[in-house]
Amino acid sequence: MKRFGKMRPSGTTSAAEPYTPGEDEILHMAHIVKDYRIGEETFRALDDVTLTVKRGEFLAVLGPSGSGKTTLMNIIGCLDVPTSGDYYLSGKPVRGQREAQLAQIRNKEIGFIFQSFYLLQKQTAYENVELPLIYANMPEKQRRERVEDMLEKVGLGDKMKNFPNQLSGGQQQRVAIARAIATNPTILLADEPTGALDQKTGAQVMELFHALNNEGRTIIMITHDAKIASHASRIVRILDGKLSEGKLEDA
Amino acid sequence: MRKLIYTVRQSLRISVQNIITNKMRSFLTMLGIIIGVAAVIGLITLVQNATSSILGQFSELGAGTLSVSAPGTAMKQGLTDADLKTLMAVPGVKGVSPQVSGSTAAVYDFKVYDNVSVTGRNELYFAYNDVVESGRALNASDMSGNINVCLIDQDFRTNILKGTEAVGKTVRLNGAEYLIVGVQKQDNSLFSAYSDRSNLDGSVIIPYKNALTMSWNKNVTSLDIYVEDGASNADVEENLRETLDKIYNNTEGAYQIFNLDSLMDTMNTVSSMLSTMLGGIAGIALVVGGIGIMNMMLVSVSERTKEIGLRKALGAEPARIQTQFLLEAVILSIIGGLIGVLFGCLIALIGARLMDTPFAVSPSAIALGLGFSAAVGIIFGWAPARRASRLNPIDALRAE
Ligand SMILES: Nc1ncnc2c1ncn2[C@@H]1O[C@H](COP(=O)(O)OP(=O)(O)OP(=O)(O)O)[C@@H](O)[C@H]1O
Ligand SMILES: [Mg+2]
Repeated sequence: MKRFGKMRPSGTTSAAEPYTPGEDEILHMAHIVKDYRIGEETFRALDDVTLTVKRGEFLAVLGPSGSGKTTLMNIIGCLDVPTSGDYYLSGKPVRGQREAQLAQIRNKEIGFIFQSFYLLQKQTAYENVELPLIYANMPEKQRRERVEDMLEKVGLGDKMKNFPNQLSGGQQQRVAIARAIATNPTILLADEPTGALDQKTGAQVMELFHALNNEGRTIIMITHDAKIASHASRIVRILDGKLSEGKLEDA
Repeated sequence: MRKLIYTVRQSLRISVQNIITNKMRSFLTMLGIIIGVAAVIGLITLVQNATSSILGQFSELGAGTLSVSAPGTAMKQGLTDADLKTLMAVPGVKGVSPQVSGSTAAVYDFKVYDNVSVTGRNELYFAYNDVVESGRALNASDMSGNINVCLIDQDFRTNILKGTEAVGKTVRLNGAEYLIVGVQKQDNSLFSAYSDRSNLDGSVIIPYKNALTMSWNKNVTSLDIYVEDGASNADVEENLRETLDKIYNNTEGAYQIFNLDSLMDTMNTVSSMLSTMLGGIAGIALVVGGIGIMNMMLVSVSERTKEIGLRKALGAEPARIQTQFLLEAVILSIIGGLIGVLFGCLIALIGARLMDTPFAVSPSAIALGLGFSAAVGIIFGWAPARRASRLNPIDALRAE
């Protein structure tokens, strides 16, 4: 089993040019490399990725299967740490942090939306949305209000007591979105958010994303589907671990 | 501090939710603990009740009493009146009561009863033992005057007097007229329960000198020594030995002293040994229960790997995950412990009914059972909780 201690970046991290975050930059990655060791060999899943995201942006990361999208998302979401390179979130370096601190960063800064929703099946929609608020130590009363607000916002005010298996796929994803925005995170991080949905419900989710983006929320959406990516205001392409700025028209 | 309380409360909630959603498995997991704790409480209580009731009987019988059997030597049989006076003067002795036992025939209402047990006692016996139910005890003037008076027991009243009023009647014992002056209480002691009296028509107590005469003995061979309050039985026993050695010229085997205190000490030791042993056996059951909990928790952790990964992604620190799983284990084992306490009390109650001893559960046994089960939860929940807290969130999320 992997231990967290081993995942912290090793001394190989390049001490590149010092970074001072711009006014509205909330995410900055410089020369991020992620190597996976498979036995004797190392596999470079991310190769010198540099990326800056501004507040309020709706960014799509577009790339085919195996290109390193999930790897990138894990690093952006502080679920994993890069082999080398610098990563600043909200102007603060994410480096050498212990897992406990990473967990707090995830709780405060990142709202995850997963392809297969990842709702706790034995808990109601309400309880699922409540979860990150519990980990944020929000008092009970405030939490109740917040959960109800979030579920109303995604149009599920009447389904709070439903268990995930009593909800449609689109509704489940909306619960997941309510959960992701509950702590008012800096970034919404979505990995193939429509991957498990049909076109119509996928479109509904995209509408919701637009609405959230119009509220000023920053969204990073990872997808292999150019059509879905076209909903974003900015697209970057990833191929074999290399990132390149894409044009909207390419999509 | 507030954050800690909050964390524990929320973890508690999550843990309870998880236990409830897995009712059947939770129950099966608790079974080991239930059996262990029920065994601890049931067995310990049974042993304690049994011994305390036996000890109670003993102390009723012999608190501060030493029994001396003094057959004496060929030269000097038993103890004379002068010897008794000497013993009375031994430091720490507050009373000496001879016991002369025999049996004789009794005649009442023109009928002969062959098997009547006769015990000779002095007035001190009645001063230090509460045996008189009605009428009066034998007193000093009965002794000095060798008066023919007696106390009868319940059997005597039932079998010979046919239940009629006893005090004031006369019976013929070994050919002499005896006036009944009192009736003894029913003897409920453990010893009487185990001595066979079925072929006796009844028993009487008479002044000990009369009993000596009746049995053709000159001297007393058996007596009870009453120890002064605050004096230790062992010390008095020592003093008595000195005096008796003088009386019998240091002859081996001339006398024997039975010290009920040392018997009680032995009983206590045996019972605490028994308790420890049974506790040990129950402890093994608890350990087995703990392994059950550990097993269930490990299964639970690997089953819920994805859930753990998700919780971590949503911001649960490793310590929180660990607290959650540890609490789950502890709650499981404490609930098991509580159910075990109930069953243990039930066992103790049934045992008490069967053995006809008073039912009492010692709070220490309950505390022990609950404490043990909580400890088992912590000890055996630790490793699985630790494993859960150390799961890598990405691997965990990817798990199916
Ligand atoms: N833990 C790992 N160990 C070794 N190699 C890995 C690991 N995780 C990912 N990889 C490799 O890194 C590359 C990128 O994987 P990643 O999961 O980021 O792809 P992806 O773009 O998300 O693909 P998909 O669209 O299919 O989800 C793949 O070639 C994969 O085999
Ligand atoms: Mg992927």
